[in-house]
Amino acid sequence: MTKKTRNNINTFLRYFILIAVGIVMVYPLIWMVGASFKTNSEIFSSVGFIPMAPTFDGYKRGFQGYEGMTLLHFMGNTYKFVIPKVIVTVISAVITAYGFARFEFLGKKFSFAVLLSTLFLPQVVLNVPQYILFNQIGWLDSYLPIVMPSLLAGDTYFVYMLIQFLRGIPRELEEAAKIDGCNVMQTLWYVIVPMLKPSIVSCALFQFMWASNDFMGPLIYVNTVAKYPVSIFLRMSMDSDVGFEWNRVLAMSLIAIIPSLVVFFAAQNSFVDGIAAGGVKG
Amino acid sequence: MSFKNKKTVLTMPKYKSRRDFINKNFGFFFILPWWIGFGIFKLYPFIASLMYSFHDYNLFRTATYVGFQNYISILEDKLTMKAFYQTFKYAFITVPLELTFALFIAYILNFKIKGVNFFRTAYYIPSILGGSVSIAVLWRFLFKTEGLINMIATKFGFEAFNWLGDPNGAFFVIVLLRIWQFGSPMVIFLAALKGVSADVYEAAAIDGAGKWRQFISITVPLITPVIFYNFVTQLCHKFQEFNGPFIITRGGPLRSTTLVSLLVYNNAFKNYEMGMASAIAWLLFLIIMTFTIIAFVSQKYWVYYSDEDGR
Repeated sequence: MTKKTRNNINTFLRYFILIAVGIVMVYPLIWMVGASFKTNSEIFSSVGFIPMAPTFDGYKRGFQGYEGMTLLHFMGNTYKFVIPKVIVTVISAVITAYGFARFEFLGKKFSFAVLLSTLFLPQVVLNVPQYILFNQIGWLDSYLPIVMPSLLAGDTYFVYMLIQFLRGIPRELEEAAKIDGCNVMQTLWYVIVPMLKPSIVSCALFQFMWASNDFMGPLIYVNTVAKYPVSIFLRMSMDSDVGFEWNRVLAMSLIAIIPSLVVFFAAQNSFVDGIAAGGVKG
Repeated sequence: MSFKNKKTVLTMPKYKSRRDFINKNFGFFFILPWWIGFGIFKLYPFIASLMYSFHDYNLFRTATYVGFQNYISILEDKLTMKAFYQTFKYAFITVPLELTFALFIAYILNFKIKGVNFFRTAYYIPSILGGSVSIAVLWRFLFKTEGLINMIATKFGFEAFNWLGDPNGAFFVIVLLRIWQFGSPMVIFLAALKGVSADVYEAAAIDGAGKWRQFISITVPLITPVIFYNFVTQLCHKFQEFNGPFIITRGGPLRSTTLVSLLVYNNAFKNYEMGMASAIAWLLFLIIMTFTIIAFVSQKYWVYYSDEDGR
């Protein structure tokens, strides 16, 4: 076997593996799209994803939602806490990271050690007292328990990620800004934020995804159906539709992930860069 | 520098006035909000849950101190211990499989592959959506007795299997859900592999090392810091797995997918037994801590950092 044929075989094998894995990864999603247009009797009778008798039934009934509240109502609920959470996360994380990366102060080392340790602090050990705390201050059945911790830079992962990025940015521009008479807040706003923009974008994107996928938070804290985000609503319909409205459940599930998919495809490079940078520099 | 000199440096007045003190520590104000948040939402709950764990504390009754009784009950209760056992099994099956797979695919993608970005995106989508309830719904459809997986299996002559009705089958389903989301460790591995310089490979090729040998003897050792990072973070996550077993298999059948976080949830938010829930959570925390510490201590034996100052 010459070297060339061996190379060709290797190349072929690589593509074969990549494509095979790719199909396994993506086919369930494609099947989901197709199945949401199938009739209920067809969903569990054909492996293919192209519906034989396409129907919008699933979507029509899916949008009806529950007791007069449409599916859009529940999706709206999701973004009622996701969007504020993303905004406050970005603001608080940038300010905290700025403090850590650019200033010297008493106890900085200690503060940073505490910050790092919270990266490894499992949420499961905090849930019970947090619930009791939020219960006492009357925040249950609102989105405040989900948003407020982020306002105080509770998402340490992003703070850490931004500190790492900031450390990689030279300080010359800030010094120039200082000479030109900028105070620290102006420097932050006019110099740091523009330079940090790519990392800020990836923080915002990740927080958007994680917050929209968050299930346990709303499950614990929100208990009025009218305030359910779409994730909890989906689970509720899944439980109540033990019966036969499969295309409806699939259609609703699909609609629920469309915003995330759109955001992902619009900004996929930021995602990949963000995760690679966060991981490797960690 | 002699000891005496050092001492004079230390005793010199560091700040000229109170204003000077504030000016020199001004940066602290930027991290003050984080400290406040840390105190309220992390430190206080952390200590409070330790306190609760020593109490018989139902949310609707007053708490009574019971010492280690909750912990003893956990150790004596077969079902609770089963949840811990299943969680161990889950974490130590899922993480190695997921990481091996992620590294393998990243390794292939690192060759000059046309359409790297396309593949990378395709593999990454499940990671982005994987935690959502929508995907959990989809997985229930895939693994129903009459679902897609069985339809394909019967086409190849296998018998339909009741995945969600069988303890091992259901366990396998939630493991597979997480392996399907190997995208994010893969992206991290890929970035690390790109960082390994081509020179090392050339040197090895001249010495006659084949591709496989190069991978085992050069690539893997060089990216151990990244393997380490992925291993620790994934292990932390998997020990706390909740969504998959809660939504897809609902803890069953025969409690085979009742992982510890489900137990905490059931105790705390179904029965409102906050003391018991805290004790279980703390036990899980101690286990996660132990493994994290073992990982960090052991890293000097197997993790290779190119720059010795450890960044």
